[in-house]
Amino acid sequence: MSHGYKLVQLAAVFALLSVMAVGGGTAVLPEMKRMTVNTYHWVTPDQFRDIYSLGQVAPGPNMLMVLLIGYRLAGAAGAAVVALAFFLPDCILTLFANRVWLRYEHSPWRKAIQQGMAPVSIGLMLSGTYSIARLSLFNTAGVVIAAATMGVLLWRHVNPVILISVGGLVYLLFSKLA
Amino acid sequence: MAPSESSKPSGEKPSLATIFKIFLIAGAISFGGGVVAYLREYIVRDEKWLNDEQFLDALEVSETLPGLNSVNMSVIAGDRLRGTIGAMVAVVGLMLPGTVMVMTLGVLWSANRHNANVQAILIGIAAAAVGLLTAVTLQLGRKQLMKPVDAALIFATFAEVSLMHVSLLMALLTVGALAVWIYRPVSGLPHGHERFRHLHERMQKGRHSVWRY
Repeated sequence: MSHGYKLVQLAAVFALLSVMAVGGGTAVLPEMKRMTVNTYHWVTPDQFRDIYSLGQVAPGPNMLMVLLIGYRLAGAAGAAVVALAFFLPDCILTLFANRVWLRYEHSPWRKAIQQGMAPVSIGLMLSGTYSIARLSLFNTAGVVIAAATMGVLLWRHVNPVILISVGGLVYLLFSKLA
Repeated sequence: MAPSESSKPSGEKPSLATIFKIFLIAGAISFGGGVVAYLREYIVRDEKWLNDEQFLDALEVSETLPGLNSVNMSVIAGDRLRGTIGAMVAVVGLMLPGTVMVMTLGVLWSANRHNANVQAILIGIAAAAVGLLTAVTLQLGRKQLMKPVDAALIFATFAEVSLMHVSLLMALLTVGALAVWIYRPVSGLPHGHERFRHLHERMQKGRHSVWRY
């Protein structure tokens, strides 16, 4: 497969994911995994999980991890292509849709789309969570880390990056002892 | 205050350099997510580029359109301030710090990904992320999960995507279309009066409760 062809494929897949990301980044994770792991074999399931984890410790918009899928496949050019393909279509769509949106502020369909898509977004987020769970929860330590993180966040407002870091260190400790 | 005043919180338009700086800071400081809450602090409270209602209005649009909330918010805010070029500057500023960090981590990971310690840490991070995602989804979907129609739509979406492995496009065309049809406008009913209320409620909860995804 030529380098140029790979870049075109990367662009096509991530542009498609971009416009389907209704409900944000998590919502599109299952489809991203399906395309990049199962259909095109760009990354293994474990690499997909590792790349997702790397994205968790960076600031800024969630899902910057997608750049690393491009990087893995085609180096810096791959990262650049994925960055443009995954973020640019939504930016352009938002730019123009927002200007038009103001005109339809009182359209009853606007409300219908919002109300209808809200539960669908939640369902997609559950599916995204499930995708990552299947790649990371395969022993008691993983389940305990996930449950404890969820419990703490539902109970208190703690910066998640602290809990994410603790999770990584606890699992490291567990792997040393096991 | 007259409506014309409240719609324009600040008289003069900021320079592109100022827009870049503010979004760059938001993009650099938001470890652990909460980007939208940082944007609100800077854009509404500090710089007064938008008032609260304009911000929530933009958030509503951002959530309905595909893409990441924080990126969509930056597009809308940048566009309001300085048009298309303002939107571009805002998005680049927001994404730059995270991009540099993700790429640095990615290069380090590529060289060390077979190291057992690196793998253990990344598995632990993913496990913690599952907890985080579950908490965020439960908080965001609390209302919908309590409503039978919405709960059924949530389950149908989850079942199609995760259990039946239907493509996302197909799920959106089936459950998504059904959901919009269920909520289709019925003539004669008033609507829209309380559309900011749930957003206001969520804003009260603070930065790290529900903002990440």
